[in-house]
Amino acid sequence: MNPLAYRPARGKLGNVAATDTTDSDTPVLEARDIVKTFPGVSLSVVSVAATLRRGEVHALVGENGAGKSTLMNILAGVYQPDEGQILWHGQPVVMANPQQARERGVGVVFQELSLAPNLSVAENIFANRQPLRGCLDLIDWARLHEQTRDLLALFDLRIDPAELLGNLPVAQQQAVEILKALSTNPQVLILDEPTSSLTSVETRLLFENIRRLKKSATSFIYISHHLQEVFEIADRMTVLRDGQFVETCTAGSITEEDLVRKMVGRELRNVYGQRTTPLGPPCFRVENAVPRASRPHAGGTPAVRRFGGVSFALREGEIVGLAGLVGAGRTELGRALFGAEPLESGAVFIAEERVRLRSPAEAIRHRLGYQTEDRKQQGLFLRLGVAANCVAPSLRSFSNRLGLLHEGGLREFAERSRARFRIVCSGLDQPVGNLSGGNQQKVLLASWVGIGPKVLIVDEPTRGVDVGARSEIYALLRELAAGGVGIILISSDLQEILGLSDRVVVMRNGELVAEFPREQATEENIIAAAAGVTGDVPGSAGVPPADVVAR
Amino acid sequence: MIIMVILVAGAIMSYESPVFLTQGNIMAMLLRVSCEAIVAIGMTILLVSGGFDLSVGSTAALAGAVTAGCLVHEVPVALAVLAGLLLGALVGLINGLIIAKVKINPFITTLGMMSIVRGALQVALENGNITGLPGSFTWMGQSCVLGVQWPIIIAAVLVAAGDLLLRKSRFFRQNYYLGGNEKAAILSGIAVDRLKIFNYALTGLLAALAGVVMTARFGSATVGANTGMELQVITAVIIGGASLQGGEGTVLGSFLGSLLMAFIGCSMNLLGVGPNWQLLVIGATLLLAVLIDTLGKRRG
Repeated sequence: MNPLAYRPARGKLGNVAATDTTDSDTPVLEARDIVKTFPGVSLSVVSVAATLRRGEVHALVGENGAGKSTLMNILAGVYQPDEGQILWHGQPVVMANPQQARERGVGVVFQELSLAPNLSVAENIFANRQPLRGCLDLIDWARLHEQTRDLLALFDLRIDPAELLGNLPVAQQQAVEILKALSTNPQVLILDEPTSSLTSVETRLLFENIRRLKKSATSFIYISHHLQEVFEIADRMTVLRDGQFVETCTAGSITEEDLVRKMVGRELRNVYGQRTTPLGPPCFRVENAVPRASRPHAGGTPAVRRFGGVSFALREGEIVGLAGLVGAGRTELGRALFGAEPLESGAVFIAEERVRLRSPAEAIRHRLGYQTEDRKQQGLFLRLGVAANCVAPSLRSFSNRLGLLHEGGLREFAERSRARFRIVCSGLDQPVGNLSGGNQQKVLLASWVGIGPKVLIVDEPTRGVDVGARSEIYALLRELAAGGVGIILISSDLQEILGLSDRVVVMRNGELVAEFPREQATEENIIAAAAGVTGDVPGSAGVPPADVVAR
Repeated sequence: MIIMVILVAGAIMSYESPVFLTQGNIMAMLLRVSCEAIVAIGMTILLVSGGFDLSVGSTAALAGAVTAGCLVHEVPVALAVLAGLLLGALVGLINGLIIAKVKINPFITTLGMMSIVRGALQVALENGNITGLPGSFTWMGQSCVLGVQWPIIIAAVLVAAGDLLLRKSRFFRQNYYLGGNEKAAILSGIAVDRLKIFNYALTGLLAALAGVVMTARFGSATVGANTGMELQVITAVIIGGASLQGGEGTVLGSFLGSLLMAFIGCSMNLLGVGPNWQLLVIGATLLLAVLIDTLGKRRG
């Protein structure tokens, strides 16, 4: 039974019935000369014109601040354009609010999850649309769960529909968010960074579903920073830069380099840079480290951890990439090495001296820093200013013997960081929550540079960061390494790992399964090691074993 | 911004009543404020760090009673006062331990403690109150230096010290980070549990001090002393700019908040407005202050 058969009739609002009679050449959705300005804030969109054809996947690309989110919000009914028109099947319409947009058939999957962690998966997907029975309109739980199971099968997710959403790892939560939008069977689905928390397996399933839905004339607007994905799935791409429409091009007609040039407006050569200094003596070593898996991390259920643990060494000036699938235990390891979580067993050596790090404060005293992957919830103080955030882990170095803070020194450091890291902000006291993702990430990195680290663990340093800021962050990491800092780079972005690392180590289920020096590291053998696939792997990874998928 | 409101209110009042700006009246207002202001120092730090303490009134009353009880049993004044203060610090310490280590919500923890402490006081003082306190003790609450009563001096010194520390000290600055984002504070190397326990213990100590001073002022310790003080103090701290979410607030602001509330109370007395109206006006002031603050943030 087609799970997408459960939904209200399309087109309750407006002049498009369930069987629309417009010819298939008319674009489903068109933005004509849209202008939107926000007084006092730099976000604005100027004269954007773009069309979305039936059954098309149309990508929207551009740096942070280019106007993608604004345009998306206008099409979804969250904002009203100041000028210009939105055309739905050739007719001008007004999307006065998200409800109207949804009724017309525009679904949105926002980057920020809009799910309730205290409710079950089924209740989240069918929020306010649960199947009812009886004269009292009671919720028909049996049918609800059955319909949910059918939907979950689309993504090969073996989750109990009654499972509380908050207990799932973020990757599965994001999959549920997508299913929620798909379950309304929209004519147009807008996806905003849908793969930011997905593994390559779930991404592949998402793309399969997109391709299948294209055949039944569903159109997609796909917003993403992952240009490789854009090239894989999109038919056409519209580039925005600084709020202006630049160009719409077809996927086959442009190279990735050219696309980046259009997005950024300047040449971005070799974003990852190169190592310029020789490697120094070992500065950090881990032997048989096993992070404790007793508590779920970030709402995820703990994977089964086998013994063995992780051992590797790091030299001064070296960048070691730590690769693996989501759930392999990389973040847990990073946090445990930093003292934020207890190590079940194993030893940590800093400059060949055994240390027991029982708290982040101790780690910082040993000049070991950890930049979290979750900058909003665990890294930054969103309501505090740029300066306050820059000095958060290094307050001690700004206080005198009486324990009083030297404000002048503090501000000076913040100003130097702002200049060095090219942080775009209206002032040192601007709340960090108002900065773009790339600038937020730079503030976080600046705060860790402030402790004068000898070893720095960075976890997903460019998640949700646009191309321009990304290259700046890579340059900063290279600069740190050139200065003798040893960097452990945890990332799900294989290009990033391959581009920056001097060595790549791969984790799976809590243990280290492979190590490749730079010359031998390729995407294929990293994925193979991460997914535990044995045998020949021609192009991409084969089907990973069950314990990896149903986490 | 509060300063402006106070000045305007003061100007209006001095116009309305010739008595308002006299030294006597100002001293009376400051006296009224001083005990609350002492507690407000601790409460400010707590709110900045994202915490909350409903038990301060009960702690103040119990500390005052303990000190009074020691005094009528011929314990030297210094020791009696110390006993009261230590008790307050102990109550705060227990609050802090439960909130930081057992991780029970501060609202519930201090709500329970409020009843426990008040109940303990009621059990101890079955006959209602302790009077007949020696002059060597009551001078603290009743005598003057250079025309300024001692409670005002104690409060002024503590408020100044508290404001300085919260603004300048690295240790106290950590509270802003804790209140801003607890998880990020932990990862930034702030010893969050120890900080929380310290904050609650300090607040308990300050509440005890306020209770002791008030007992000295009235010359007796009663079962119902300081009832409702916690809400007054929290109101003052929020009017002064702190937020229940944490990460904002200053000691000076809280002091001005108390002052504003005292202004309003005294003004109403002088204008002949019935005491029943005072609660209404205080509540309205609180909502107004928060409303102005919220709207200001939304625009900015």
